[in-house]
Parts: sequence; C-alpha cells; structure tokens
Amino acid sequence: MSNSNHTFNFGAFFDKIFRNSTMFFAFVVFSVIFAIMVTLLVSSLPALKTFGLGFFFSDTWNPVTIEFGGLVPIYGTLVTAAIAMVIGIPLSFGIAMFITELCPNWLKRPLGVAIELLAGIPSIIYGMWGLFVFAPFFADHGQPWINDHLGSLPFIGVIFAGPTMGIGMLTAGIILAIMVIPFTSSVMRDVFEIVPPLLKESAYGLGATTWEVLKNIVLPYTKIGVVGGIMLGLGRALGETMAVTFVIGNAHELSASLLMPGNTISSALANEFTEAVGDVYTSSLITLGLTLFIITFIVLACAKLLLIKLAAQEGKQS
Amino acid sequence: MSSFNNARYLRRRVTNVITTILSVCTVAFALVFLGWILWTLFSNGFSYLTLDVFTKNTPPPGSAGGLLNAIFGSLYMVLVATLIGTPIGVMAGTYLAEYGNTGWLAPATRFINDILLSAPSIVIGLFVYEVIVHRVGHFSGWAGAVALALIVIPVIVRTTENMLQLVPSTLREAASALGSPQWKVVTFVVYRSARAGMLTGLLLAVARISGETAPLLFTALNNQFWSSDMNGAMSSVAAVIFQFAMSPYEDWQHLAWAGALLITLFVLGLNILARTIFRPGPISS
Repeated sequence: MSNSNHTFNFGAFFDKIFRNSTMFFAFVVFSVIFAIMVTLLVSSLPALKTFGLGFFFSDTWNPVTIEFGGLVPIYGTLVTAAIAMVIGIPLSFGIAMFITELCPNWLKRPLGVAIELLAGIPSIIYGMWGLFVFAPFFADHGQPWINDHLGSLPFIGVIFAGPTMGIGMLTAGIILAIMVIPFTSSVMRDVFEIVPPLLKESAYGLGATTWEVLKNIVLPYTKIGVVGGIMLGLGRALGETMAVTFVIGNAHELSASLLMPGNTISSALANEFTEAVGDVYTSSLITLGLTLFIITFIVLACAKLLLIKLAAQEGKQS
Repeated sequence: MSSFNNARYLRRRVTNVITTILSVCTVAFALVFLGWILWTLFSNGFSYLTLDVFTKNTPPPGSAGGLLNAIFGSLYMVLVATLIGTPIGVMAGTYLAEYGNTGWLAPATRFINDILLSAPSIVIGLFVYEVIVHRVGHFSGWAGAVALALIVIPVIVRTTENMLQLVPSTLREAASALGSPQWKVVTFVVYRSARAGMLTGLLLAVARISGETAPLLFTALNNQFWSSDMNGAMSSVAAVIFQFAMSPYEDWQHLAWAGALLITLFVLGLNILARTIFRPGPISS
C-alpha cells in the first residue's frame, strides 16, 4: 500500500518536471526572436545615434570618411524581391494548378519531390550557378533582347536599358524567383487541396472548364491562403544571402536600370561584415541587419496570420 | 443564337487550352532549371571529385589539395548543432503537441516558430556574432554550431509537433488507463509511435543546415588548416566554396565545383532519404 502510494507520488513528481521542462524549452524558442531583436537593436545604437533616421534615406556608403546610409542596400533588397515576386508568382501558380488539377496521379509524387529538390539545393549553389553559368548565358541571350525591345520604350525604358554584363539586380531577381517557387507553390498546392471536392465537382458537373473551376471556385475559396503563400515566398526572397551575393555585383550605387549592379542588405553583410573596422561601420551593418529582420518579420507574420485565418474559415465552413 | 453560343463555347475551350499549356510550361520551366543546375554541377564538379578531395587539406593558391579539413569542419559543426538543437526542439515540440491546448504560450510559440523557420539565416549569424564572437573576442566553431542549432530548432519543433499530433489519442488514453504517468505515456508510447516521423524531421533539419553558408561567415569564419578545436575558427565546405569560387585561381575554382557537387549530393540525398524511407505510413486509429 505504502509502496504503491510512493510510486504514485514519484510519477506525479516526474510529470511536473517533464511538463515544466517542455514548457521551459517552448519558452526558450519563443524568446529567441526577442533576444535577436534586442541584441541587434543595442548593437545598432551607435550608428543610429551618429546618423539618426537619415541613415535610412542616405545613399552614401563611405568607410573612409565613416559616412554610412542604408538606402542603396534597402532599395536593392526590395527591388530584387519584387522582381522575384513578379516572375515567381505566376510560375508558382501554374505549378500548383498543374499538380492539383491536371496532373495524373502517378506523376504527383515524383513531381512534388522534384519541386522540393529545388528548395533543397543550398543557396550557395544557386549563387555559383548564377555567376558562372546563368549570368554569361543571360548576358548573351537575354539582356540584349531586353535592351532592344524594352529599353527603347518611353518612360519605363530606362529600367531596362543598361550594360549587358550578366550580373545585376535583374539576374539576382530571376534567381530568387526560381528559389521561391518551391515555397510559394507548395503553400498554394496545399491550400488548393483544402477546397471541398463537392464544390469543384458541382462546377465541373455544370460544364465548367478546368480554368473556370480554378478561377471561379478554387481561387475565391483560397485567396487568403494564396496571398499567405506569396508573402512566405517574399519573406524568403528578402532574406536570401548567398545566391544574391554572387550575382548582384556589390555596387553601392543607386541606379534606375535593373541591368546595373546593386547591393542588398544581406549581400552587403556577407561581403563587408568581417572586414568592417570601427564601431560605426560595424554598427551601420548591424542596423541594416536589424532592418532586414524587421521587414521579414512583418512579412512573415502577415503570411502566418493570413494562413491561420484561412484555416479558421475552413473550420467554420466544414 | 446557336452560332453565338458556339463562339462563346469555343472561346471558353480556347482559354482553357491556353491556360493548361501555360501551366504545363511553368512546370517544364522549373524542371529545366533544376536539370540545368544539376547538370552544371556534374559537368563542372565530377571530374575534380577525386580521392584527393577527401584526403588532403585546402591548398594555398596555385597548388593542388583537397577539402578534408572543410568536410571535417562541416560534419563536426553540423553534428554539434544537431546535438544542441534536437533536444531543445523535441522538448518544445512536445509541449506544443501534448500540453498546448491551454494558455497563451503554445499559440505564441507556434507563431514565432513559423517565423523563425523562414527568418533570414544571415541575421541569425549576426545575432550569434554579437552574443558569442564579440564577447569572447574570436571566431569559433562553437559559435558556428550555435548559429546552425538556431536554424535546426524551428525545423525540429515543427516536425515534432506535427508528428506527435498524428498519434491517435486512443493510444495515449489506453496507456493512461493502464496507470502510467503522462511523462511515461509521452516518452514510451507517443515518441515510439511517432519515431519514423521525428527521424524524418531530424534528417530534414540536418539537410537544411548542411548547405548553410551565411550564418557561418561571421561565426566559424574559415580556416585553411586542419583544426578540430571548437574554440578556434573552423573551416566548412560552404565557406570554402564561397572563398574559392570567387577567387581568380583555377585550382581553387575546381575545388569549389567539387565541393559544390559534394554538398548538393549530400543535401539532396538526405532529402530523398527522409522522404522515401521514413515516409510516415497511414496510422490506423
């Protein structure tokens, strides 16, 4: 009797320890993000004190005179991510459409694995391939065409006119587009698959074509999730480092042309951080890192909120 | 009337055919790029992937050598990162799956974890630099391993939670009914039936960090020589590829291609292994 009583207490005691230690580690994971934010904020104070908010609007980057502004890398980050989205969204959408609506069943799995392999390739490999293979190819076959056909357009021509060097913001954007495809298309595929088959079958029964079902049934039902998937891809594109560092050209210059080299926050960090001397230089780079972290945090948080909203909606309807 | 309907029907059919073709094109486009990248790696790297790569250290410019110290450094740091990250991730994931029904911590952690999963890895490198490298005063393998561990944790948390939730609750109830305390239910029953899935998560996490470069640049840096000292700068295949690929020396570039092929085969191999062998079977409930 006393023995069984003893083991009971022993078990309850361990239960408490086990539960509290899992809770402790969950709290550790939860607090990491705030630790990152506070640490980076503290380290970026010297630069913010020196330059004030003007840091974000100045395009000077001069380690000799110790004058720094973040406009060029911030601009480059946003522009390359935007290019990646313009190219990547239709591609991801097409792939998700093929896998959910058109693909024969036996092909679904191998195709899914192949697309996921694109996500598995390390980003430095994209960088090497981009620099040594894609950039020369693009300089010979892509950029002259862009120059000739889009560069002479009024107003927007200046965006597409420039030297055909292969490297630059457009090349970086294209490579980012390929890299975000697996993330965006797999979210789109997942949300397309939650559409109740009954809805789709009703539409097919009324004689709708595949495209009409997708456009009028699937998309309206899942649009929040689709936007969530796009935001997830955007978050990835903003923070990508190695692939961009190889092909962006690392020029601290603001240029309207997408064919010109530029810089992004992550590639500026990768190239300069270990060589930065002096508090203000290091601190300026960390301020850039903090900016990147905050931008991606907001984008990813929005993505997550949209996907949660879709899941809640689905729960209500079914 | 009928001709009007026919024209309209035709237009719908044509739109459908065009979008179908475009959809097939997007798939072909993605596969072409996948094939192009893999082919580039094989054609450039395969002939340099000799025995020397595995037996010699990284050379000074202009002479032959291998990647032995880099391969060792990568494996060592990945191993340590996995050893640090897995227990933390499994515990946190267990909390989310087993105790996460009440309170604010579980939903908040779930939310933050999904953001960490996609957070820029270079910022994690920056964080570890500030917390460890800057304080200690020198680059170290430990710092590299901690940075990689921070990337491992969200992957493990996510897969652990998902896999534990797949375990039917009748199994837990049966174990509880036999009188076992909850920690025994979780460790002896739930973990066991979710083992394959959790192992998949572990493999995916290892695959994820094996190719990471950005978080190592400011933490482990690089080392041209053999080093097994976690307190000093440590070489890694990814950092060596970055340095050698950007260099003007041909020997170095060849080694970079060999390393690139090696690292990709390793990562993709782990990915395929995780997805095929340990594919979670349908759990009968």
